Amino acid sequence: MERIPILKMGPYLLVTIQIDMHDRLAMTLQDDLTDRIVAARAKAVLIDISALEMVDSFIGRMIANIAAMSSVLDAETVVVGMRPAVAITLVELGLPLGGVRTALNVEHGMALLKARLVAAADDTDGDSAN
Amino acid sequence: MATPQTDEQPIVTSEDVVLVRQLVRARAVENGFSLVDQTKLVTAASELARNALEHGGGGKMRLEVLNSGLRRGVRVTFADQGPGIANIEQALRDGFTTGRGLGLGLGGAKRLSNEFDIVSRPGEGTTVTITRWR
Repeated sequence: MERIPILKMGPYLLVTIQIDMHDRLAMTLQDDLTDRIVAARAKAVLIDISALEMVDSFIGRMIANIAAMSSVLDAETVVVGMRPAVAITLVELGLPLGGVRTALNVEHGMALLKARLVAAADDTDGDSAN
Repeated sequence: MATPQTDEQPIVTSEDVVLVRQLVRARAVENGFSLVDQTKLVTAASELARNALEHGGGGKMRLEVLNSGLRRGVRVTFADQGPGIANIEQALRDGFTTGRGLGLGLGGAKRLSNEFDIVSRPGEGTTVTITRWR
């Protein structure tokens, strides 16, 4: 069956969506990713959508769902590389993706996730000292 | 006068929704649409193709390239023989959904198009036509 690959790199899971996804494929990615977050005990997920020429309400909802589910599973998600035309269209469509953390590109996204992981680790240290 | 270019695409599976997007994108590019206009038209078409599939039990898309004087446009029509929409005003409202979606499809497609027309009769089906000019 057709699948979008999910790469594990340390505490990170990396996903690059490079094809025009049909709805079932988007649902499969959502399920696979939540499974992998738990199995890999991932703390951070980066989704690169720079190759996506269009995000409609279904794909937008999948992105929002992944962000919400990963947050419940104690992982942080950042969506990177959204094309300007896609961003303009999403807002006009009525889906501004307010709950989704975004970054301009992979580099910025990784820096953001890294900072969050460091902050989370510091918090844990502080707790154990008390 | 040359016959206007038309394309047809049946919408039976979710892969067909992707084919609709690709066809609409190709015609928008050929006719010189800007990237933002292409994206808006393709996104609107994707919403309507999915509606035809999910709510209409499948249907078909017809695409026409329009050439009216100095203006060029792309008109896309989605027709299904599904249960139809009893209250169109309600269906156009954001957040109204009878399916699994977010209820943004119809209203969103309208906002992303320059012209929008919907004809629906309960028990007979729904036809939605959108046009975007270059």
